[in-house]
Amino acid sequence: MLRRFLDSDFAYAFRRSPVAVISTLVVVVVVLAALLAPYLAPHNPFDLASLDLMDSLKPPVFSADGDSAFPLGTDDQGRDVLSTIMYGTRISLEVAVLAIGFSLVVGISIGLLAGYAGGAVDAVLMRIVDVQLTFPAILIALLVDGVVRALLPREMQEALEIDVIVFAIGISRWPQFARTVRGSTLIERGRDYVMAARVIGISSARIMISHILPNVLGPVLVIATLNLGLAILDEATLSFLGVGLPPTEPSLGTLIRIGNNFLFSGEWWITIFPGLTLAAMVLSINLLGDWLRDALNPRLR
Amino acid sequence: MSQQPRIVFEAIEASRSFDVSKGPLQRVLSGEGRRILRAVDSVSFGISHASTLSLVGESGCGKSTMARLAVGLYRPTGGEVRFEGQNLSAARAQPALRRKMNMIFQDPYASLNPRWRVRDIVAEPIRAFKLLQGPKDINDRVGQLLTQVGLSAKDGEKFPHEFSGGQRQRISIARALSSEPEFLVCDEPTSALDVSVQAQILNLMRDLQNRYGLTYLFISHNLAVVRHMSDRLGVMYLGRIVEQGPAEAIFRTPRHPYTRLLLEAIPDISSVGRRRTPVGGEVPSPIAPPPGCTFHPRCSLANERCRTEKPEHTRNDDVLVACHAVQEGRAV
Repeated sequence: MLRRFLDSDFAYAFRRSPVAVISTLVVVVVVLAALLAPYLAPHNPFDLASLDLMDSLKPPVFSADGDSAFPLGTDDQGRDVLSTIMYGTRISLEVAVLAIGFSLVVGISIGLLAGYAGGAVDAVLMRIVDVQLTFPAILIALLVDGVVRALLPREMQEALEIDVIVFAIGISRWPQFARTVRGSTLIERGRDYVMAARVIGISSARIMISHILPNVLGPVLVIATLNLGLAILDEATLSFLGVGLPPTEPSLGTLIRIGNNFLFSGEWWITIFPGLTLAAMVLSINLLGDWLRDALNPRLR
Repeated sequence: MSQQPRIVFEAIEASRSFDVSKGPLQRVLSGEGRRILRAVDSVSFGISHASTLSLVGESGCGKSTMARLAVGLYRPTGGEVRFEGQNLSAARAQPALRRKMNMIFQDPYASLNPRWRVRDIVAEPIRAFKLLQGPKDINDRVGQLLTQVGLSAKDGEKFPHEFSGGQRQRISIARALSSEPEFLVCDEPTSALDVSVQAQILNLMRDLQNRYGLTYLFISHNLAVVRHMSDRLGVMYLGRIVEQGPAEAIFRTPRHPYTRLLLEAIPDISSVGRRRTPVGGEVPSPIAPPPGCTFHPRCSLANERCRTEKPEHTRNDDVLVACHAVQEGRAV
C-alpha cells in the first residue's frame, strides 16, 4: 500500500515540488509542536505556581541579557514565550479545524441538497449563499460572535468560549463549500450511475450520501485546506480585536494582541514571535492547498 | 401451443414532452411563446414474455427517452406505460414488481460509480430489495453473478477503472441481473464498445435471455445489432414509430421509405462498391416538427397529402406502417 503510494504520480509530483515539500515540513513541525506542547514545551505557561514575576520581560536568548531557560524570552507575567506559542498554536489549530469541520458539514449538506433537488430549493439556498458571500467572512464571524455572546447567559459564556468562536467562524465559511458541492452535484446527478440507482428505487437521501458524496468530495477537501489557513487567521483576527479567546486561554491572536502593548516599549519579542509562527503556518497551509489544487487537477499536469 | 404469450410491458399512446422554454422574464422580453419538445409522441407497442422488441432510429428520435419512460425515470406526459398489467408508477411503488425491471446503460464508463468496488455495485440491488441477508451469502451471489457474465469472482474487489469497456458492460449486466429481473431495458448497450466486443456482449445477452426467460426492450441505432437480437422491431422517427412488426418481416420487405433508407445504409460485404442513395438532409427539430408526415422533407415519395396530413398506422400483413405512400400503393 505504502509502496504503491510512493510510486504514484501524486507522490512523484510532490517530491518534485520544493514548495510542497518545504510547506509540508513547516506544517508538520508546527502541528507536532502544538500537539505535543505538554511534553515538549520547556514551561507550562498556565501553571501559575511556576510563574515568577522576577522572570518577566526577559529578552530572547540571543540578545545580551537573555536567559537560556527562556529561548524566546518571557512576557510581562514571566511566561516563557516559546511555551505560550506552542500552547497558543494548539488552541488556534483546534479552533480552526473544528470551525472548518463544522463549515464542511453545513456546506456539503446544503450543497448536495441544492444540487440534487434543483428547482425552487436550489434557487432559495443559492440566493442565501449569494447574500452571505457579499459580506466579508470576518464581518459575519464578528456579528455571529457578538449575537451569540449577547444571547448566552453570563455563566455559560466562559464554558462555551471555544464553541462560540468555532460556530462564528464555521458559519462564516460554509457558502464556498456549498457552492462547490452544488456545482459538482449538478454534474454527477445526471450521470448514468445515479440513473442506475434510481431505476432500482434507491431513495434520494441515499443516492446523495452514498453515490454522489464520494464523487464530489475531492475539490471540497482542497478548498477546505485553503480555508483552514483563513480560519486560523479569522480566529487570530477576532482574538486580536479582543472578541475571541481570553488571555486565560491565549491563542496566537491573543498572544499577538497582548504583545502588541509592549511593542513600542521595546519588548518586541512578545508579539513578533507569535506573529511569525502564525505567518509561517498560514503561508505553508495555503501554499500546500494551492499545490494540492493544481496537483489534483489533471488539466494542469 | 396456441396460448397467447403474456404481455410483460406495454406502451399505450405514450408521450413525453419537455418544456425547453427560456425563463419567464426572457420570454416576455423577447415576445416568444413556450417551446415544447415532443421527444416521444403517442407511441404504442407491447412486448410479450421472453421476447425482444427493438427500437431503432437516428440520434434525437426519442428512443432513449422511450427507454427512460419504460423504467420510470421519466413519467409520461400523455398516454400510459404499463408493466405486468399495471400502470408503471403503481407497479414501481411495489418493491416486488420494481425488482423485476432493470436497465443496462449505454456508456459503461458512466454507469458504474467510480468510487464503488465492483462487488458493491453488483450487490446494490440485492441489498436494496433485501434478496439475501448476511455478507457471506451476498458475496457468494456476487461471485456467482460475475462468473456468469464471464468475469472472475475475485474481480469484485476491484474498482471499475481497472476494467475495459467490454468488461465494464459485463459488470453492468451482472448488476442488472442481480435483482433477478424479468424485464430489462437496454439503452444502446453496445454502441460504446469495439465491434469485436459488441458481438460478445450481444451473445451473452441472448444466452441470458434463453436461460432466464428475460424480456428485453432493446434500444439501438445499429440495424445489424438489432437484427441479431430482435423478435419485433419498431422504427422511430422524430418521436413516433413509423413502422413496427416482426423483425424478420421488416428486414425482408421494408415498407416505410425511412426504414428503407436505414436498411440501405447498412454496410454489407457482399455489395462493396454498390451505389447508394444517401439519406438526404437532417432530422428536423422536434420543437417545430414539419406539418403532415414528419418525414416528408427527406422523402422521395412525398406529395401534397404528405405535406399536410398526418399518416395513421395501417396494417400490412403483420406490420404496422404510418405512410400515405404505402397506403396508396405508391411505394413500390
